[in-house]
Amino acid sequence: MLHLIAARMGSLMARRAAVALTTSSARMASHGREVSETVDMSRPMYWDRLDTPLPDKAYKDELTAADKSLKQKEKGPWSQLTNEEKIALYRLMFNQTYPEMKQPRSEWKTIVGGIFIFMGFTGLVVWWQSLYVYPPRPRTFDDEWQAKQLQRILDMRMNPIEGFSSKWDYEKGQWK
Amino acid sequence: MFRAVFRLSATGARSLARSRACYTAPLASRCYSHGKVESDEEFDARWVTYFSKPDIDAWELRKGMNTLIGYDLVPEAKILESALRACRRLNDLASAVRILEAVKDKAGPHKDIYPYLIQELKPTLSELGISTPEELGIDKL
Repeated sequence: MLHLIAARMGSLMARRAAVALTTSSARMASHGREVSETVDMSRPMYWDRLDTPLPDKAYKDELTAADKSLKQKEKGPWSQLTNEEKIALYRLMFNQTYPEMKQPRSEWKTIVGGIFIFMGFTGLVVWWQSLYVYPPRPRTFDDEWQAKQLQRILDMRMNPIEGFSSKWDYEKGQWK
Repeated sequence: MFRAVFRLSATGARSLARSRACYTAPLASRCYSHGKVESDEEFDARWVTYFSKPDIDAWELRKGMNTLIGYDLVPEAKILESALRACRRLNDLASAVRILEAVKDKAGPHKDIYPYLIQELKPTLSELGISTPEELGIDKL
């Protein structure tokens, strides 16, 4: 979470590019601070997915001697395994349990916050533009000019049958 | 027939009502335009046979389970029993527990499916010595 905030403050565009890459090592590469470990995508990979219960390989590759002896014990009757051993076997094979995978995250808060920050920044840019970039306001927008323009339209009897002037009552001098 | 109950598509009750006639008979035809349609029993039998292969290898187990979980249904107890026995042949307890987790997740909002399946699988689970995720405490965070 802090990792993401730091990346956002630092270099937003680099983070955008990094998000497109799926491995976290690639995200680290965008910081340029740590050495990135390359993931060999030609070999079977592990991932936690709700719709893929059994990934292509086990989570832990390098087994300690204790792990190996546990794996040997797994070949025998499973009723002889204690609960801790069963959990250890699970954790050797898998990283997260299903409840852990389904944990709610706060990433959306970062995203929505980022959206609002950008929108706010855009608002500032627009306001500054209206102050320093826009040309002077045309005089045709002044109320006085608009009133005279309206009077001229009515005097010229523009669209007198179905359109604008037809809505003006010339006898009474008011809108119908 | 239970598979009809377990069908979990988003259209839910609406589609069930619309195609009710299609689900009643074992060899009922669905609303496809052509092709022979597989009945629920044939589907179950096919998958039980798949996992019952005596020399099933780990890849086939993974492929079978991932494909099965990809379908819009919760597998019947007999398919799961066959898969759990395949795990036993492959000496893979972790995958057996994972299968139970996956099935619970597949049931989604239908909270009564998983306890029913565990109840149906109880003899197999005790025979093979497989603990449920609840017994191991990994169903909680």
